[in-house]
Amino acid sequence: MTYLTRKVVLFVITLWAAITLNFALPRLMPGSPVDAALAKLASSGQSVTNAERHAIQVQLGVPNTGLLSQYASYLKNIATLNFGTSYSFPSESVAQTIGKALPWTLVLVGTSTILAFVIGTLLGVYAGWRRGRSADSVVTLGSTLFAAFPPFWLGLLMLYVLAFNWNLFPLKGGYNPGVTPNFSLAFFGDAAWHSVLPGLTLVITALSGWVFGMRNNMINTLGEDYVTFAEANGLRPRTVALLYAARNALLPNVTAFGLSLGAIIGGSVLVEGVYSYPGVGNLLYVAVTNHDFPLMQALFLVITLSMLVAIFVVDLLYVRLDPRIRQ
Amino acid sequence: MTIVTTGPPPLNPGDLAEITLGHASALPVWLLFVGRALRTLWSNRKARIGLVILGVVILTALFAPVLAPHSPTATDFKPYQSPNSNNWFGTTGNGQDVFSQMLYGARVSLFVGLASGLLATLVAVTIGLVTGYRPGIVDEVLSFVTNLALVIPGLPLMIILAAYLSSRSVWTIVLVVAFTSWATGARVIRSQASTLRDREFITSAVFSGERLFRVVFREILPNMTSLVAASFFGAATAAVMAEASLEFLGLGNPNTVSWGTILYFAQQQNALLTGQWVLVFAPGLAIALLAVSFTLINFGVDALSNPRLREK
Repeated sequence: MTYLTRKVVLFVITLWAAITLNFALPRLMPGSPVDAALAKLASSGQSVTNAERHAIQVQLGVPNTGLLSQYASYLKNIATLNFGTSYSFPSESVAQTIGKALPWTLVLVGTSTILAFVIGTLLGVYAGWRRGRSADSVVTLGSTLFAAFPPFWLGLLMLYVLAFNWNLFPLKGGYNPGVTPNFSLAFFGDAAWHSVLPGLTLVITALSGWVFGMRNNMINTLGEDYVTFAEANGLRPRTVALLYAARNALLPNVTAFGLSLGAIIGGSVLVEGVYSYPGVGNLLYVAVTNHDFPLMQALFLVITLSMLVAIFVVDLLYVRLDPRIRQ
Repeated sequence: MTIVTTGPPPLNPGDLAEITLGHASALPVWLLFVGRALRTLWSNRKARIGLVILGVVILTALFAPVLAPHSPTATDFKPYQSPNSNNWFGTTGNGQDVFSQMLYGARVSLFVGLASGLLATLVAVTIGLVTGYRPGIVDEVLSFVTNLALVIPGLPLMIILAAYLSSRSVWTIVLVVAFTSWATGARVIRSQASTLRDREFITSAVFSGERLFRVVFREILPNMTSLVAASFFGAATAAVMAEASLEFLGLGNPNTVSWGTILYFAQQQNALLTGQWVLVFAPGLAIALLAVSFTLINFGVDALSNPRLREK
């Protein structure tokens, strides 16, 4: 099997496993999420229609029916994006709620991931090149410390100092209140301005993985003969570091992408919550605090699937980067 | 310069017992092993800083009742006070002393970190050894499960699990965190076990008639001490962070006093907007310090089984 077919097959199987896990979780749990969801819906003052009750049961578990038929209707609902109604946002379907929030998170997490990758890799190259010197210690110890900060805590502190005390950035939200999201330049500027603090929080806490990976790869690569040969030829140190060593040290770092993405996605849930950012993470925050099980389950599926797709895309890019696996 | 004279690190607890029995020591073998491990860690500068921080946290947790000036739960004081001579970190909205809460909070964070780290490592070691040593259908299935667990975002899964499990106890968090953070360790241990599988000393152990259980746990496992320790401290770091995140979300038990719940109540009572930044700053910094100590110790763990990495 070629690299590509293997990756596609693996992607499909993983996709199926994640969807099935999402089906199994609420059914394996003690107690009945369905009853909890229905009770919550009733207590919020809404009338529960039979259709809604059915949708919740399909999602979280129907009493007295076979698992197989439940699984079939669950798959059908996913294929048709029918995730039922949430009681946090009763006026729209769960699919609509998530659809509105998803672009925000994709842009925020996507940009932060790319920034963290670029900055972290460069710092790693530098630390590896200067290994054992004080610059190396500063970079490694600094990123160890930043990685240990709980992202939501760093977010809270930056919110307090930069937004609340110094008024440099907006306090919350993804755009100025009163503005309806549209495709104008002014709106994009406004949204970008609101994204600076959450983005910065994510970049700072996600840096360390890239730094350490790249630093260790650099140290290994710098021991290779062709690097010594390049140095012996009298090439400038910077040329050797960037064009000879870093280029080859980069490859293993790309494969670590999936793990780092998981960390940044996890961080984004609470960071979005802290900044009331209109994205998927904040929705999960709202869903959890309201015990909104239908919304929660759909969100978990969407977050997992986005991550699987991102890792799959990186796997495909890897073919372009490493000619050895193309055969 | 202390390395060479001590000889190679113990490969086998049995060997160690023979060596130490020669000195007529009455201490149990595992204690000597831990002592030797601590000494090696101590000789590494980064690990030493980590051990000192961890030691301070452990002492704080143990002696919290002695050290704390007030009860952590009693609502004896005026609420929303700024730091003053009586309440060093101020008081909560319910009139509790935050400094005493910080001291007692070390207990929960430390317990969750160590317990989840231990549980996750047990799972990682078992799955890693089984899949690494026995190729075949079991390996295929468990490896797939491991890879699946690696690509499913951990914190969202923890949040979902904790939200479904309606019982709110520290053990819930320990189990949830352990369940979601074993995969990295399992993969590393698996690859190491599969390289050891073909070594000569394993082959000769098998031919000499040792049972599977003994080969795996007595011959292979001792050669991966540093990997096991690394996955323990890795999981413990993740656990400390995850516990804080879950409690901050209100998914912990609000009646326990921990660094995470101090943050939760601070956020609920808008401590930052009322200028009580200490309520947010102190517990977060404590969590970060504990996580840093585990990471720093991990830097020294490599030196445990690889003498070449030891700092002179």
